Amino acid sequence: MRIQRILQEKELIEQKSVDLTDLKKSIEKYRGKKGNIIPLLQSAMAIYGYLPEIVFDTLEKELGISKSQMYGVATFYSQFRLAPVGKHIVKVCHGTACHVQNATALTEALEEALEIKDGETTKDGLFTIESVACLGCCSLAPVIMIGDEVYGKLDGNATVKIINEIKLKEKE
Amino acid sequence: MSRTKVIVGLGSCGIAAGASKVYDKLLAIKNAENLDFELAKTSCVGMCYKEPLVEIVDENGTFLYGDITENIAVELVHEHVVNHNPMKDYVVKSELFDTGEEDFFDSQVKIALRNCGHIEPEDINEYIKNNGYAALKKIANERIDREGVIQIVKDSGLRGRGGGGFSTGMKWRFAYNYESDDKYIICNADEGDPGAFMDRSLLEGDPHSVIEGMIIGAYAIGANHGVIYCRAEYPLAIKRLNIALEQARKKGFLGQNVCGIDGFDLDIYVKEGAGAFVCGEETALMASIEGHRGMPRKRPPFPAESGLWRKPSNVNNVETFANIPWILFHGAEEYSKYGTKNSSGTKVFALTGKINRGGLVEVPLGITINDIIFKLGGGIPGGKKFKAVQLGGPSGGCVPAYLGDTIIDYDSVRSTGAIMGSGGMVVMDETTCMVDMAKFFLDFTKKESCGKCTFCRIGTQRMLEILVRICDGEGQEGDIEKLEELSHKIIENSLCGLGQTAPNPVLTTIKYFRDEYEAHIRDKKCPAKKCKPLLTYEIIEEKCTGCTVCAKKCPTDAISGERKMAHFIDQDKCIKCGVCYSKCKFEAISLT
Repeated sequence: MRIQRILQEKELIEQKSVDLTDLKKSIEKYRGKKGNIIPLLQSAMAIYGYLPEIVFDTLEKELGISKSQMYGVATFYSQFRLAPVGKHIVKVCHGTACHVQNATALTEALEEALEIKDGETTKDGLFTIESVACLGCCSLAPVIMIGDEVYGKLDGNATVKIINEIKLKEKE
Repeated sequence: MSRTKVIVGLGSCGIAAGASKVYDKLLAIKNAENLDFELAKTSCVGMCYKEPLVEIVDENGTFLYGDITENIAVELVHEHVVNHNPMKDYVVKSELFDTGEEDFFDSQVKIALRNCGHIEPEDINEYIKNNGYAALKKIANERIDREGVIQIVKDSGLRGRGGGGFSTGMKWRFAYNYESDDKYIICNADEGDPGAFMDRSLLEGDPHSVIEGMIIGAYAIGANHGVIYCRAEYPLAIKRLNIALEQARKKGFLGQNVCGIDGFDLDIYVKEGAGAFVCGEETALMASIEGHRGMPRKRPPFPAESGLWRKPSNVNNVETFANIPWILFHGAEEYSKYGTKNSSGTKVFALTGKINRGGLVEVPLGITINDIIFKLGGGIPGGKKFKAVQLGGPSGGCVPAYLGDTIIDYDSVRSTGAIMGSGGMVVMDETTCMVDMAKFFLDFTKKESCGKCTFCRIGTQRMLEILVRICDGEGQEGDIEKLEELSHKIIENSLCGLGQTAPNPVLTTIKYFRDEYEAHIRDKKCPAKKCKPLLTYEIIEEKCTGCTVCAKKCPTDAISGERKMAHFIDQDKCIKCGVCYSKCKFEAISLT
């Protein structure tokens, strides 16, 4: 399942004070350019990890793009999220090759080890499990990706081991 | 004596397999021991099953090493580079002796992938040394006019490699025919098929060949703007494209009066996609570049008349563009020597799944499926039986083993019910359940449907529900017919390729594996033993040691038994989760 990308219970998530300095720079970069909605939202994703509501307010105020248009785009593409996620997003590839090589077992092992369901975030905010379509490393199937690192030829146990190593590092 | 060169393959898949660490190790040892050899980078040569790969070129020849770890890399430097003793056990390719991997290379003809794995992709000079930009210079020097270029491409018989299979030359002519101040040439690098990575490898391994193809295309149709729409999931490809574009600008291959051709101005930029499979459809792709939701629109008007920003536009796939410079340089006749009458040239396939030699292969069209799987691919691992091959991703279909003699070209593949598509080739063995496969692809297309057409949006949902039901053991008589009926309605009533082809995996699996569907529905059995709800877990008394692991792990306490005595599964309590099966160390749990 994809990450919960739309806020369900809005009041539960505090909109922490958001620093707009970097966003303002992107606004200047793309001001007046044709087709700038996606690059703007992408740079906001890169800054905040998700799209806080204030981003939409700011873009509307600064550039006059309507919120409905931005919301339409943000909910269409899988890259955009409207809710914060864990520090480490564990992307489990469910492309054809990985599926044939039993990627489902990796998701199940992760769900058991992290005690969350696919698409959810752990209580400590460390991990989010996300199912993604092909990562393009089919010959290493089944694979997962954490940050920029790809781990291949896994089974359930090996996957849990990787998670435990990250947990250990986080404790240090 | 020439200096020994050590080259590390650093494509995404190589890096995932640990090639960066090997490179760092080699660099460290070179500096630490002050060794005299040249350390270089290249991209993927397609031999993914042997990654990480290291190539050593010395006065004796070229040696390609596979499965190299950091430790072996150290040994390799000492043995081969310092002592000149090739480590035969790790060599996968060499002119000097047989390695047993010859079949993988011998059936291949590399045109689109001509430079992949051989040059440093971030250095334009290496591309130029290998006839790079020579086709463009030839056009400039010999003053081949725009129509002449289109004619050569048309004569070569090149057809769109993204899946459509439309004649590239014809497509260019349409765009050429529309006059406008602004025209766009667009490269579709939104490779979204799960199980396909041809375009990623090409962009990472030889970005200049794609860029040169685009420049030639722009010249031919009269475009002054170029856009490469690339998946955001391919960060390395995007990085290398941007480096390549900057280098091309500096060398005068982009900008004003490109390559000295008067009045030919062109710039190209990379546009990052944001994750939507449907954006591989050309009108959706253009909507996405314009910053909208990537939803396809009705044609006509075709993009050649009114495309991006309502200007005449031409969209081609990455692999199509990569073929263009080669065709212009060597001539149309040379290209059409390969392939069959209606499908000339070569095609790149991503060979994955249950196969011994998984990787990227480029073969002349007209080769048979069996040749690719058994000769090139080395057959199925673990002595299992070849069952089917999935061609064309979620838009394609499953071709059963008994049709393995089918030759691969656009028309023959289509006659099986599959499509050649962009080149994904996923091999399945007897442990793959075909109903589960159909469910998998439907799940994908259902999620990726943009929602514009009712039949695609709701039809795929209803089909998925039926397939889930069948796999859960709740299939009903008439389900197969319902699936077929829905399939035909979705095909007829969808606007774009996504909907029109979404039912293909279901239709082909019903066509060739109807008995498996029936086994699921009538007998409540999964012949491939894949669908868990249809399985019965039992303990084999003779093998059970009574270690109690399964009983402890069982979430419903369905397993009972005394320590050191054979255990027993209460079928009424068993929820068929499979935990006991995966935890048992003695293979004492049977599946039926």
